[in-house]
Amino acid sequence: MGLPVNRALRFLPLLILVAFVGAVAWRLSTPANEKITSKMIGQPVPAFALAPATPVKPGLASTQLTSGQPRILNVFASWCVPCIAEAPLLGELRRRGVPIDAIAVRDRPEDVAAFLSRYGDPFDHIGADPESRAQLALGSSGVPETFIVDGRGVIRYQHMGPIEPGDLPGLIGQWEAAK
Amino acid sequence: MKHLLALMVFCATPALADSNLPPARWANEQLPNPRQEAEAKALMEELRCLVCQGQSIADSNAELAGDMRAMVRQRIAAGERPEQVRFWLIERYGNWVSYRPPVEPMTWPLWAAPIILLLAGAWQFRNRLTRRRR
Repeated sequence: MGLPVNRALRFLPLLILVAFVGAVAWRLSTPANEKITSKMIGQPVPAFALAPATPVKPGLASTQLTSGQPRILNVFASWCVPCIAEAPLLGELRRRGVPIDAIAVRDRPEDVAAFLSRYGDPFDHIGADPESRAQLALGSSGVPETFIVDGRGVIRYQHMGPIEPGDLPGLIGQWEAAK
Repeated sequence: MKHLLALMVFCATPALADSNLPPARWANEQLPNPRQEAEAKALMEELRCLVCQGQSIADSNAELAGDMRAMVRQRIAAGERPEQVRFWLIERYGNWVSYRPPVEPMTWPLWAAPIILLLAGAWQFRNRLTRRRR
């Protein structure tokens, strides 16, 4: 081994250290996106038949999502605080003619009923998902989440987290595109 | 006023982020068949919790992790192979959900790294020996 190579190699550990510190500093300043999106987009809705989440509303079967027109499928829970924030926006979507169904995750009938009477009820069907099975089958990783399902029952879009006013045009656009 | 506000913030009870339902039946209960329970447990340790990312569903107290444990136990009790259950979840959440990365072009460097490092170490070691002999 010649001397010049050795001299260059001497700085290798320092270079590795600088690269490592640089990588760590970069990830600290721009955190990775931790949203785990569903891989079911573009796939048919998984088969499920959920009992009514509250006595005043019919339950939800996956076959009801192949109605010929695109629908919104909202995954929510009465115990979920951000779900309260998005409730009026779901009402707004309903007023604009978007049909909405829902899955109530780990919920009791009386709690769902109280939630609907307090924060509004834009839903056609609400299925109960007491052990998060339908939620897992959809590839959803939390509440609230909103899926757009086209008329043939294929999942076309997923919105994670509460719907905010700025999300409405995008959601309606996706719903129109699923027609 | 500022102090009062700070005090109020510290005394506030955190908003309820858990449901009112008890854990699912098989979330914390072992399967009666020890072989199936061992298979389920091994798989749970390799599945990542969707809520508290970084923990396995075996370690996590999140409700969704409990529901995932219940699902794993129910499916294995129904005769599914652990790899089938893992694949079902990967179909929905991607490779992210499994702590055992698949062998595919994307992960070849990951699987090759130990071998390459061992070879590099052996090469270095050999160099040291020959140099000392000189």
